[in-house]
This record gives sequence, C-alpha cells and structure tokens, in this order.
Amino acid sequence: MARRRLAASGREALAAYGLVSPWVIGFVGLTVGPMIASMVLSLTDYGLVNPDAARWVGGANYREALTGDPLVWQSLKVTAYYVVLAVVFELVVGLALAVLLNVGLRGVGILRTVYYLPAVVSGVAVSLLWLLIFQPSSGLANAVLGLFGFDGVGWVYSTTWVIPAFVLMSVWGVGRAAFIYLAILQRIPTNLYEAAAVDGLGSFGRFLRITLPLATPAIFLNLVLAVIGKFQIFTEGFVISKGGPGASSLFFVLYLYRVAFRYFRVGYASALAWILFAVLLALTATAFRTSRHWVYYEGERQ
Amino acid sequence: MTAGTWAPVIGPRATAPWARRCSILLLVLGAAAVLVPFAWMVSTSLKPESQVFRQPIEWVPRTVRGANYSEATTQIPYWRYFLNSMIVAVPVVLGTVVSSAAAAYAFARMRAPGLRPMFALVLATLMLPAEVTLLPSFLLFRELGWVGTYLPLIVPSLLGGGAFNIFLLRQFFLTIPREHDDAARVEGHSFLSILVRVIVPQSWPAIALVATFTFVGTWNDFLGPLLYLSDQDSYTLPLGLNFFKDIYNTQWAHLMAASVLALLPCLLVFFLAQRAFTEGVVLTGRKG
Repeated sequence: MARRRLAASGREALAAYGLVSPWVIGFVGLTVGPMIASMVLSLTDYGLVNPDAARWVGGANYREALTGDPLVWQSLKVTAYYVVLAVVFELVVGLALAVLLNVGLRGVGILRTVYYLPAVVSGVAVSLLWLLIFQPSSGLANAVLGLFGFDGVGWVYSTTWVIPAFVLMSVWGVGRAAFIYLAILQRIPTNLYEAAAVDGLGSFGRFLRITLPLATPAIFLNLVLAVIGKFQIFTEGFVISKGGPGASSLFFVLYLYRVAFRYFRVGYASALAWILFAVLLALTATAFRTSRHWVYYEGERQ
Repeated sequence: MTAGTWAPVIGPRATAPWARRCSILLLVLGAAAVLVPFAWMVSTSLKPESQVFRQPIEWVPRTVRGANYSEATTQIPYWRYFLNSMIVAVPVVLGTVVSSAAAAYAFARMRAPGLRPMFALVLATLMLPAEVTLLPSFLLFRELGWVGTYLPLIVPSLLGGGAFNIFLLRQFFLTIPREHDDAARVEGHSFLSILVRVIVPQSWPAIALVATFTFVGTWNDFLGPLLYLSDQDSYTLPLGLNFFKDIYNTQWAHLMAASVLALLPCLLVFFLAQRAFTEGVVLTGRKG
C-alpha cells in the first residue's frame, strides 16, 4: 500500500516535472543564463563588430555611464520626466474613470469597450497616428487647441512639448489601468455606501472615506506596473521622435538600443541594462516599503 | 454567478441624480475623446493627399478616395508583411497558451519536490525588465544562426509562455473545484488528460485572455523584429509600416490607410474575445 502510494506520488512528480520542463529550459536558457552573461558582458568592452577583441575592463563601463556620459543622465532625466507625468495621470485619471464606470449606468459596457480600445492597438500603427496628430502645421492636436483659442505648439518637434506629447498619448491608453481599479471597486460591498449615506456622508465624502481607502491595493498595483512599464518606453520614441529634437526625448531604452546596435558597444549597453534594472528595483522596493503606511488590506478575509 | 459580477447595476446606488447625470456626461465626453483619434485616422485614410491638412477639419472627406488603400498595399509588399506577421503571431499564441497552461496546471494542482520554489522564481521574473536579457539573448541567437529567421521571435514563447501568463492561468485554475479533478482521477485519467478534459474546458475565459494579450503583444511587437529581421521580405507589419513612413513620410493618407488595416486584426480578436475578456479580468482580480 505504502509502496503504491509512493509510486503514485513518484509518477505525479514525474508528470509535474514534465509539464514545467519547457519553462525550466526557458528559465535557464533565456533568463538565468543571459543574466549571468549580461553581468559578465557589462564588465568587458565586448563589441558586435569585433567580438574576439573583447577585453576585461572591470567597472569602467559603469564608471563611464555614471560619470563620463552626459547622454545617460539626459536619458534618465527625460525618461523620469515622462514616467512621473504619465504615471500620475494614469493613477488619477484611471481611478476617476473607474469610479465613473462603476456608478452603475445602463450601457456602460459599450463605454468600457471604447475606453479599452487604445490598449489593444499600441505599437507602430498608433505611433504613426499620433505623429500625424502632432503635426504642427495643422494636425488634430493644434486644431483642438485652436478651437479653444490657444496658439498651436510644436509638439514632437519642440524640445519643450515633446515629452508632454508622449504623456498625452499615454493618457489616451488609460483604460487599461481603469480595468484594474474596476475589478477592485466592484468588490466593495454596496452596504458600506448605504451605511455611509445613512450617516449623512455626501458623494465626495463616501469617495474619500470608502472608495479611496479600499482602492489603495489597486492604486499600489497600478503604480508599480505603470512605473515599470512606462520606464521601458521604446517603440513610440523610436517611431515618432527618434529621441529628438536634440536628445529631448532620448528615452533610456532608446539610448540603450542605440549604444548596442548603432555604436555596437554591447558591453557598455549591458551595463546600461543593469543600471535600468537597479533603478526599477529601487523604485519598486521604495513603493513596497512605503506601502504599509498607505495601502489598506482587508486582512486575510476572502 | 460570473454574469453577476458585471451586471449593469452594481455600483453605489445612493448616488444623487445630478451626480449620475454628471457621470454620464463625463463618460460620454471621455469616450468621444478616445474615439476622435480613430475617427481622424479613418477620415484621413480616405482623403486625397492634398486635402489631409485642410482647415477646418473635414471629418467626412468631401472627396472619398478609396484608392489610398489599394495603393498603400502595393507601394510596399503590404500583404507579404501581413502574412509574415501571421506566420509569427499564430505559433506564438499557440505555443504560449500550451506551455503556460501546462506549467500553470503543475503549479496549481500537483505536488513534487521543488515545485513551490520554482513558482517563486516565476513570480520573481515578473519584475525583470526584458532589457537585462536582451543583448545576451541576441548573441545566443546569433551564435545559433537564427538571426534573420523567425525562430528568435517564436521559440521563446514555447518555453513557458511568460511568467505573467503562467501566473494568471494558475490563479484561474485554483478557482476550479478540486473535486472535478478527483472524479476524473478515479476514472483513471492521467494528469495530462485531466488538464485537457477537465481544466481547459472550464478555463476558456482565462485562456482567451492569455491568447488575446499574446496575439496583440506579438502583432504589435516592434523591438523583436527590429533586432532579428534584416531582410526586407521577412519584415513583419510594424517594421513594414515604419519602413513605409521612412520612405513616404509625407503621404499621410496612404500611411493612415496602411495603419488602419494593421489595426484590424487586433480589433477583431478583441471583439471576438470580449466577453471572455471582461469576465476573465473580473475573475482573476478575485482571490480563489
């Protein structure tokens, strides 16, 4: 009996290993292996063109990136500028949108579909659309400004307006974040609101006292996802502004791509990738560390 | 029960009528703002080039020029690129669904030494930015002689299907009552056949969600093809569109025609999967 159970559990283990084996191969071959390789590469001057001439350079790549390469700081600066604005809008507009969608209106399903559309169609086609919208001569963006009596601006052709232009484009896709909020808002028991109404709280009071605290787990999740996601912006920058004008929209990953595939400096680009990783790790860790002060969890209640 | 979670009237009903009216107004205005760029895109795609920037904006073009579409698809080998995109996206979707469902099933249901730590590693890779492994992976594929083929774009999807998808499917599988497995086990079904006959049929919303995300992500992927495809005949649609822009950058109407066509497959998949989509998002937001 015992032996049979053992045989059965052995079979189960074997089957389980079989099912996860593709993932294991991928994890070793395409994650851990490349991570180690990337670490090693970042300590060399490995180049795409003449890889056999690669030499060990120790921390020189990191030193160059942090102290000798103004474009690293420039790209970190414009990326941070974009990320802060895009994330703030995503959190605020996304939550507002979710609250409105949750009010309980007929026909809200159609609106929900509409708001989710931009999330489905990212990429080059949409970047081209926004490039057209941002044409200073008579694109849609300036036509709308004109409607309200404002002068048009240079958008992606202006060092001042290029980042706000990218932010505007990202706000257009805010429906994705609203979905995550909505999933949580829909689980807030209606009787909480009824009790609050009995206590004489108005709409805004109910939002502040009930919706907002109970939505903090979703705000936290969206914050972390948005920071990580927006920091890696690439395609839009590549297609729309190519990092310009000047280096005013040289997003970090765009610069990394350039270093690796235009200047062929794979070693240096690997160091940049690790710097990116460190930045994201630090931001995520900060979010987690501060989370217990502002994120409300309902205990282990299901 | 699943329908109940997204029935039309759920929210705080105590909302005052004026607040309700304001909400409707804001929502409709916002939805219009989301749709306006699409409308401008379609409208531009039907205009003669000379009238693209005519002021005030003509939402319905005075002269409709459908030839933009046929020209845009012949100025570049558009349908070749479209086919190439399909050649990449279809195997990637299948590979992702199969390999992530297999791993998710093991993590949700089976017991074996080391499975739990492995799942922790899956979660750890969720946070890993792709850039960290990008360059060594490129060198690896170059070493294998795969650069210039679709293999670097397809093969990784067969190997686990991505941490997020494994996680999402595992969470969904956990919501399926275990008694269903046990009944099948008593009947003598193997684990694999339980996965295929019991778990998968009950998980179609989550699977549709994974398939949709994967299709959209692959269809729109730009960086992967940019790194690995050098021969113009092998371009996928995003590379083709970017190439089109670089050579005909003032032909906005044609560019928009090409872009509209490029968006259609994603919209189609989204609408087909939409029911599953809404349910899946709601369900996976819930603890099992």
